[in-house]
Amino acid sequence: MATTCWGLPEVICTFPAIDTTTMREMRRTIDTGFRGLVREWSDVIDATTAPLQSFLNMLERSFVGAPWVVVLAVLLVVVWAASRNWKTVLGAALAMLAIGWVGLWADTMVTLAMVTVCTIFAVALGLPVGIVTARSDRVQSVVNPVLDVMQTLPSFVYLIPVVVIFGIGKVPGMIAVVIYAVPPMIRLTNLGIRLVDPEVTEAADAFGSSRTQKLVNVQLPLALPTIMTGVNQTIMMSLAMVVVASMVGVGGLGRNVLQAINNQFFTIGFLNGFALVAIAIIFDRTSQAFGKRLQKHREAGHG
Amino acid sequence: MDEMTSTMAQTAAAPDPDDEAERAGIEIRDLYKIFGPDAKRHIAAVKAGMSKDDLNRKHRHVLGLQNINLTMPGGKITVIMGLSGSGKSTLIRHINGLIEPTVGEVLYDGADVCRMSPAELRRFRRLKTAMVFQRFALLPHRTVLENVRYGLDIQGIAHAKSEPMAKHWIERVGLKGFARHYPAQLSGGMQQRVGLARALANDADILLMDEAFSALDPLIRMDMQAILLELQEELHKTIVFITHDLDEALRLGDKIAILRDGALEQVGTGQDIVLGPANDYVASFVRDVNRGRVIRAATIARARKPGEVLPEMTVQGYLVLEKVARRMTNAGATSAHVVGRSGKTLGVIDLPELLGAIVTPVTADSDS
Ligand SMILES: Nc1ncnc2c1ncn2[C@@H]1O[C@H](COP(=O)(O)OP(=O)(O)OP(=O)(O)O)[C@@H](O)[C@H]1O
Ligand SMILES: [Mg+2]
Repeated sequence: MATTCWGLPEVICTFPAIDTTTMREMRRTIDTGFRGLVREWSDVIDATTAPLQSFLNMLERSFVGAPWVVVLAVLLVVVWAASRNWKTVLGAALAMLAIGWVGLWADTMVTLAMVTVCTIFAVALGLPVGIVTARSDRVQSVVNPVLDVMQTLPSFVYLIPVVVIFGIGKVPGMIAVVIYAVPPMIRLTNLGIRLVDPEVTEAADAFGSSRTQKLVNVQLPLALPTIMTGVNQTIMMSLAMVVVASMVGVGGLGRNVLQAINNQFFTIGFLNGFALVAIAIIFDRTSQAFGKRLQKHREAGHG
Repeated sequence: MDEMTSTMAQTAAAPDPDDEAERAGIEIRDLYKIFGPDAKRHIAAVKAGMSKDDLNRKHRHVLGLQNINLTMPGGKITVIMGLSGSGKSTLIRHINGLIEPTVGEVLYDGADVCRMSPAELRRFRRLKTAMVFQRFALLPHRTVLENVRYGLDIQGIAHAKSEPMAKHWIERVGLKGFARHYPAQLSGGMQQRVGLARALANDADILLMDEAFSALDPLIRMDMQAILLELQEELHKTIVFITHDLDEALRLGDKIAILRDGALEQVGTGQDIVLGPANDYVASFVRDVNRGRVIRAATIARARKPGEVLPEMTVQGYLVLEKVARRMTNAGATSAHVVGRSGKTLGVIDLPELLGAIVTPVTADSDS
């Protein structure tokens, strides 16, 4: 090495890293300390995750256990209620039938259950955080960098502490998915509220609205298109992440994809991949159509 | 609600001019507003005469308003006029507490708006004030009816009660049949009628209008002015109206205040301002005004010459010259007898002098 060092002193040439023994020591202390901490708190962690676990199990059972006709009917009714568009409903029906026909019905149900729960959690968490963020610049200056880290950190990296703390299973999988899927919800709720026409919020103030009245009557309804985009993004990101989350024990289509990667099962990999894409499109079209339908009143023209 | 029915009953009867005096006026005292993080510190410098430019250049603070002392009489229309950035919006927002002054008081009915707690301020805004905005500020997701009902919803009034009130005002502003439309389906003029109905439905004593008609095209604008004057005829609200259009100010204003760089340049009736502009700035404003629409017959009536026989034709002293001229030409008269409200003779107007007053300045000090 020294030959390529242009005659410079060693310190400048090779990076003066911590030597390996110190590094090993450091790693050991941190890791064992962390594990010890987790072990100490394991009762508390189990107690808090237990209801979540049983909720997830229950939902999954009801999705998988119910006769496929019933599930399909319910799904199509939801799609119709949200989109009011026969084409979307027809597309969804064909996609689901195709999925069932290639034998992926049960796995799809598992994934669907997971995505449903994760989306509900992400929206329930993201909406209030987004509202608080929109109300205060100080909160925003703290939340935004955190969201940046959450979105740029490779998901594999934060799977590690999640697995150390919660072990392998659905709950850690869900936590990982929610962490990944919640940032757009927070960001777009915040953005939507901040972009509301200041003259309209001023009008709300001028008529003596309280903060809650202003939020409910003006800010949320006017921010709704942006918030709905956030919900849509959250769904898409949940779907993307359930594949990665299969590495910590989440079942469904994701696990099949993972196995296909490990064993080079070309056909199975593609079939599962397409099933995921099909669900993604159904969710996307439905939620976007719903968002658009909420905006009917924006259309100009007398009548 | 009781208040509502009682004022409705009053307005249904013939309007009694003495009634106007009962409305409380708004009193602004020694008001200063400086925008910036450290506003209080620069008050002394501004009071000592630092200009808006200097304050901005040296201290990075914006002088919004300075030394404002203004009485806005109850039951009358006070117009605040000035160029863009002169502080009109800032001033009107002090009246309902949307902006807090750096120092000073805004008194209404014995209370200082600036010292109200948040809860008191909300109550004050709900019951005493209503506002109309330049770009309408309607809620796009609510129908016309729901928009007009908005202030009443905020007060917690049940729909069963608020809906007839809202419908009443929708009809009064000429939007009958549009109650179920969304704002996006209406033209600008119609949207501002909704804004006006929303403000009137609140039945507040104070009506704040920040360039309410500025976004409308000239014909619709005249329409809206007429509607406002017609409603004011019977409602006698304390209206604060902002505009940068002198014709609008003269048409609507019982009292006109002219702002420049946050300071009041002149306060008076339209005629006061047109006939006696306090300085060059005001003079440049009024130079091109249509005097025939501002100056009143009583102002230019000459004393009756000894032994002169009063002309047959009589005109009211409060009529503007344009109207007097039209009546005289229609009647073929060359002179007219000017009478006051009680029928007392004020003097005589001759047609040549009348036309002269319309086209040239009448007083020596605006002659230069
Ligand atoms: N929140 C604020 N922060 C800093 N400066 C402000 C703020 N609001 C207003 N100003 C300044 O105060 C001055 C008066 O503004 P204001 O909006 O009252 O003017 P205006 O007379 O209503 O003008 P326009 O006719 O354009 O509406 C302007 O110089 C403006 O830049
Ligand atoms: Mg303004």
